Amino acid sequence: MIALIGLVTLTLVAVAAIATVMATNLFVASMWFGIFSLLMASNFFILDAADVALTEAAVGAGVSTVLFMGALALTGEKEAIRSRVSWFPMAVLGVLALALFVATFQQPMLGDPMAPVHQHVAPWYLEQTPNLINIPNVVTAILASFRGYDTLGEVIVIFTAGIGVLSVLSFKPKRRQTISSEALAAKVRGVQHHSILRVVGKLVIPLLMLFALVVQFHGKYTPGGGFSAGALFAAAVMLYGILEGADRSAKAMPEKVMLRLAAFGATLYTSVGLVCMLLGGAFLDYNVLWPDPVVGQYFGILLVEFGVGLTVTTVLVMIFNAFANRPTY
Amino acid sequence: MTLLGLYNYWIFILLLVVGLYAVLVKGNYVKRMIGLGIFQSAVFLLYITMDKVEGGTGPIMQGVPVPGQIYANPIPQVLILTAIVVGIAVTALGLALAIRIREEYGSIEESDIRRLDHES
Amino acid sequence: MMEMIVDGLSWLLLAGGGFFVLVGGVGVIRMPDLYTRIHAASVTETLGTMLILIGLMLHSGWELATFKLLAILVFLLFTGPVSSYALGNTALLGGLKPELGSQDPSKEGRDL
Repeated sequence: MIALIGLVTLTLVAVAAIATVMATNLFVASMWFGIFSLLMASNFFILDAADVALTEAAVGAGVSTVLFMGALALTGEKEAIRSRVSWFPMAVLGVLALALFVATFQQPMLGDPMAPVHQHVAPWYLEQTPNLINIPNVVTAILASFRGYDTLGEVIVIFTAGIGVLSVLSFKPKRRQTISSEALAAKVRGVQHHSILRVVGKLVIPLLMLFALVVQFHGKYTPGGGFSAGALFAAAVMLYGILEGADRSAKAMPEKVMLRLAAFGATLYTSVGLVCMLLGGAFLDYNVLWPDPVVGQYFGILLVEFGVGLTVTTVLVMIFNAFANRPTY
Repeated sequence: MTLLGLYNYWIFILLLVVGLYAVLVKGNYVKRMIGLGIFQSAVFLLYITMDKVEGGTGPIMQGVPVPGQIYANPIPQVLILTAIVVGIAVTALGLALAIRIREEYGSIEESDIRRLDHES
Repeated sequence: MMEMIVDGLSWLLLAGGGFFVLVGGVGVIRMPDLYTRIHAASVTETLGTMLILIGLMLHSGWELATFKLLAILVFLLFTGPVSSYALGNTALLGGLKPELGSQDPSKEGRDL
């Protein structure tokens, strides 16, 4: 029965993707992209990947749509329609699709327990996690402890992307601005005249932040962890910025503080690894943090996930404030 | 679930081609970023397809471990969890570049930008 | 016996919720203009989800999942109508005029 639901959801995903590319008004395209991401998240849930579904729903259907809207307010919403159809890219894509299609017949069927991907390291992780780390969520155990190096690299990539956005947008052209952001904010402060939206939105924001904290610190017991929690907290701040005006959210979360907190998150992760080295173990070997190795793993994962959540939150909030506060030149 | 067979892979190919079409053919830079996002999601779908095991549940061990309980493969989920957030950060960087291009050239269509580059 | 009643009631509520979701979907396709479509979609987001979630709550008994479903129901009842309101208000402020029926007296004899 669940196979039928999976079939329908996959088909809807394909339809949403085609509709996204065919829309010429870019606001419509970004709305379709949000719908596509939400259907993808439900598809991930049907395939038993709960952590990934939570993160994709928060990032794709929440944060990503707001960032696209912020960019479209500064660049314009209409796409020029090309009259002639170019045959060469279509031919290349057709050949690629055909080659991949022929290759899929060698793949194992969906859900086959004898597939090669289930044979080598995965059974070892599933057996050893209760002995070595003893937390229920195996995905968090692998992310923060067994494969901690990869996660460190990813955190630094996110931090670098945040710095990149700030440095690209820090250049302000010398041309005269059409409307300064303060004047625009004085005319229309957020959605100030929509009292229903403001009241209900303000009720939702503390609940969203509380849920983000639950997801962050319960990442060991339920699906969650630093990445999903960071996206949810950033979504709460973006909601505040949309309701009250972007200048207020820039004042509440100033850029300098956010930059330092993002650096602190990545530094926390690295310093946990260095402390492990100073205490006699290898880099990021949490066993030495406490006399009992399992408790040491617990503390190591807690601190590392906190660093990840901090960096993801502050980078996404920085990017939103940079987009939303840029005056139109 | 094996009823679905290879359908997941075919949808992955369709999404890949749709995303690549938007990146190659469309001239608008924001549309290209959207196409890149569809391309990324197609790759995520391929990885998460690999983690499903027939009769398994999510890889969360509730309470006392039951012998003989099948779990889904946790490794592809770990890889994709970080890839999603990195993808949005890179998309934001691409959009910031599109905003700067718009401020310098006045448009984000590739044909206009080529024309303005040729004229100057 | 009590179990059978609760089970039957939950299936009835789930079927009813599914019917109203279908009604909302048909309405969105068949209605002529944005405001009537919002009206049709709001049936799905309030009555449809309420019946489905209450049916699921009866089905799961007195577990933790019941309270989570209740929290989801309260949250959806808060935010669903507000988003319909925001959509309608923005459309009106953006200049989209609702399609009114024709007031032409020569068509008065027609069956509407």
